[in-house]
This record gives sequence, structure tokens and C-alpha cells, in this order.
Amino acid sequence: MESFIAAVTVFVLAVFVGFEVIRKVPPTLHTPLTSGSNAISGITVLGAIVLAGTESPLATVLGFLAVVFATVNVVGGFALTHRMLKMFKSRD
Amino acid sequence: MPPDVVNLAYLVAAVCFILAFKGLAHPRTAVRGNLIGAFGMLLAIVVTLLDKHILSYTAIFAGMLVGGTIGAALAARVKMTTMPEMVALLNGFGGAASVLIAGGALVVPDSVSDAPPLQMAVATVTSGLIGAVTFFGSLVAFSKLASFKWVRDVRFKGQQLLNGVLFVSAILTAVQVVRDPETLAWYWILVGVASLLGVLLVIPIGGANMPIVITLLNSYSGLAAAATGFVLNNNGLIIAGSLVGASGVILTQIMCKAMNQSMTDVIFGTAAVAGGASADEVYGGRVKSTSAEEVAMLFDGVRRVVIVPGYGLAVSQAQHAIRDLANLLESRGVEVEYGIHPVAGRMPGHMNVLLAEANIPYEQVREMDDVNPTFAQTDVAIVIGANDVVNPVAREPEGNPIAGMPILDVDKARTCVIIKRSLSPGFAGIPNPLFAAPNALMLFGDGKKALLDLVAALKAQ
Repeated sequence: MESFIAAVTVFVLAVFVGFEVIRKVPPTLHTPLTSGSNAISGITVLGAIVLAGTESPLATVLGFLAVVFATVNVVGGFALTHRMLKMFKSRD
Repeated sequence: MPPDVVNLAYLVAAVCFILAFKGLAHPRTAVRGNLIGAFGMLLAIVVTLLDKHILSYTAIFAGMLVGGTIGAALAARVKMTTMPEMVALLNGFGGAASVLIAGGALVVPDSVSDAPPLQMAVATVTSGLIGAVTFFGSLVAFSKLASFKWVRDVRFKGQQLLNGVLFVSAILTAVQVVRDPETLAWYWILVGVASLLGVLLVIPIGGANMPIVITLLNSYSGLAAAATGFVLNNNGLIIAGSLVGASGVILTQIMCKAMNQSMTDVIFGTAAVAGGASADEVYGGRVKSTSAEEVAMLFDGVRRVVIVPGYGLAVSQAQHAIRDLANLLESRGVEVEYGIHPVAGRMPGHMNVLLAEANIPYEQVREMDDVNPTFAQTDVAIVIGANDVVNPVAREPEGNPIAGMPILDVDKARTCVIIKRSLSPGFAGIPNPLFAAPNALMLFGDGKKALLDLVAALKAQ
């Protein structure tokens, strides 16, 4: 129970931090914000790695597929966001 | 690697993610922010790989190779006009990863998590439910955005009742998973029901509501990742997932406000209000059609031009043609700015990315609330491929589907040129009195071609 409360605490505080930080993103950058958050939701790759590295064949297969999906998000998300952000130029 | 070190590294990664979002507060700092975020991810991955729990690296590296190659290829090739499809697909992949991890955690609970059994079971079903809805909902959204022929808006009687039944079945199956986590079949039945629900929730939703669907699914993919974090008792996943969830919720709120709709209306498709005048009453011989040459003459001696792009800009890939026109006008001393409605395009910020791609400086691209007060001092407003977001009937308090929606006040400009294929209605399905306004001229044709004709006509002067 103690660890659950700790995890919920982290979750709730992170949601508030998210609201405060993301509210300040201007509409101009809302598309890079979405693709950037795709990249960050690729954090599931951590869970996928642990799963794919276990001894059970079934878990390894599920883990492998999860690693594929999550890595597409991480690599695709960050690279795409970078490509888009590089295009935003100032007048001077 | 000791667990404390791993957790500290996850904390550093989480801080990097927050800095990545913070960087997005301005285009100047955004590139650096994104790189910091990528560094945080790399750190978290390396630390996880060095963790002592891992017995074999074969499947991990194979998966990373496949996923990394696909991701890099997609990121390098995707066109800026098709960005909404790409984001929908990535939302879906996030959901799929969560479904698979939660399912795998049920197979080997002790090797992947030190969470208490009840927390793990409840988090597993949450992850599976949200993840599957996200994956299949996103696939439908992707198919619609990519305009695949076999997908269309499907509405039928009793749809909401069916969704309700599916949701209750999903909850009952989830309870069964929590009571009996050893029987893996229950989890996959839950995933099946949730998948069907994901398809049915998105299938009735039409084109103009897509920005809301995308942002909502973006939020779901984050929440699924956070739920997976509770399965594994992993703070890295919990923090990153909740940041993404918050981002999606904020964008969804902005989109709903800009369309004057409530989130539940969009989700359950209950928004449609019939009413308003017929096309004949509105247009009835008052629409003035013009030519590129005539419009070119309009630009004689003007001081300020505002360009208002809509989804039609993306469809006809006219962003570079706009830039050519703006360059030409600026070389004659005209001030050119762009006015962007929050829901222009098929996802938030889509127009801004397209204009940035055409090397248009971001200072010239202005939000609706900033640009609206300037229309009174604007000589010519050019509307390209937008309709509902410039329809003045939205100012009426009620009686039509877009009543109360904020719009761009292009009709307040001295002259308004509308580039459009025909008088066909926009998504709201109602005629637009702007097209028949005394100060409005219709330049019929494909957006890109009309702009190129206009540029040629200006050069010929």
C-alpha cells in the first residue's frame, strides 16, 4: 500500500507539472508538441525491455513486439519533432 | 545496477522530459528542448538495459533495430501535409505497446514488477483497456485522415447503446482479470472488447472533428503509459505518461473551445444542430466571381494583406505558392501576415508547420485573437481553402450548427478574396453568407493553381 501511495503521489504531481508547463506552449508549436509527446510516450520501451529480457518465451515475444512499437515512437517521435522544429525560422 | 541508481536515472530522465516541454514555449528554445528530451530517453534506456534483471538481449536488440529503422524511415519521409496521419499512427503505437507490456506482465509478474498484486492487477486492466481503445481508435483515425476508400463515417441507430454495452462488458471482464490474473485468456478477451470499442468510438466522427480525436487519443496514449508504469512500479513511465496525458487534455480543451463544442458532444457525436438559411437564400445571385487578373489589380496601392489558410491549403499543397505571393507583395512594400484559426487543418498547429515549411517566419503567423482586431485596418484578406472558420453566422447566438464558435473576422477587411473550388459547404454543412457579402470576391479553382495564376498576373503588371 505504501508504494502504491508513493506512485499515486508521483502521478498526481506530474499531472500538475504537465498542465503548468504545457499551458505555456504557443499554438504555433502545437503540432511539434503532439509529435514530441508521442516520442515521450515511447517511455513504455523501458517496460518492453524488461519484459523482452525475461526467461518466458511468451513474455519475450510480447516484449519484442512492444519494443518494436515503443522504439518507433521514440525514434520516429524525436526525429520528426526535430525535423519540424528546425523549419521554424525567425524573421531575421 | 543497484535499484537506487536506476531510479535516480529515471528522475533525471523525467526532468529532461519536463525541460523538453518547457523548451516548446518558444520556437527559439524548442529544438534544444527536444534534444534534451531525447537525451533523457537515451539515459533511461541505457540504464534499463544495464539493469540486472535482464537475462537475454537478443529480443531487445532485434526489436530496437526493427522499431528504430521504421521510426527513422517514417520521420525522414513523411510529408508535412500528412502530419496528422503520422501523429495518429504514433498515438496508436503507444497504445499497442502498453497493451503488450501489461499482457506480458501477467505472464511473468514476479520478474518484471515489485508492485503489490492488487495494484498490478488493476493497473494491468487499465493499461489494456485504454491501450486497446487507443490503438484501434487511432487506426480508424489514421485510415480516415489518409482517406482510405474503405473507411467512412458510420453512424447507426443504437450505436451509443452498443458502446455502453461494450463498456460494461469490458469493465466486467476487467473485474474477472483482477480476480483471476492466472487465467490469461480473460485479459485478451478484455483487449478484444476494448478494441471493438475503440473502433466504434471513432468510426462515427467526421473530418472537422479530427483535431479533437487526435488530441484525445494522444492523451489516452499517455494515460496508458502511466497505467503501465503502475503495473511495473516504474516512476519513469508514470511521470512521462502523465505529462503526455496532460498535454493531450490541454490541447483537447483548446480544440473544443475553438469549435464551441463540449468534449462529450464530440465523443458521442451529439453536436449536430440543424437550422439556418438555405444556399439559395444566402447566395441568390449575389456572389461575385473574379479572375486572377482582377485580383492582381486589387493589390495596387494596398498596405496590408492578411492570408487565412484552411485545410484546403494542405490538400492542394499550396504552402510554397503562398510564400511566392507573399514575397512578391512584400517586395512592393505590402505588409503580409497570416491569421490561423485554432482548428484550421486536421490537427492543432498544422497550418503553422506548413507555413514554416515554406520558410515563412513565425512572427508573421498570428493567432486568431491577435489578428482579429487588425482586420479593420486590412486592405485585402485572402482566404484559402477555409470555410466554416470564416462564416459570419457563427456570431449569431443560436439557430445554426456553428453558432457561438469563434471565427476569423475576414469580412471586416476592405476586400475579401476567397479562393475555393466551388460554393460547396464546409464540414458544418451550411452556406456561408461571407461569399455573398458586398466586399467579397470568389476566385474559383484549386488553391495552388489559383495562387500561381495570381503570382503570374502580378508579375505581368
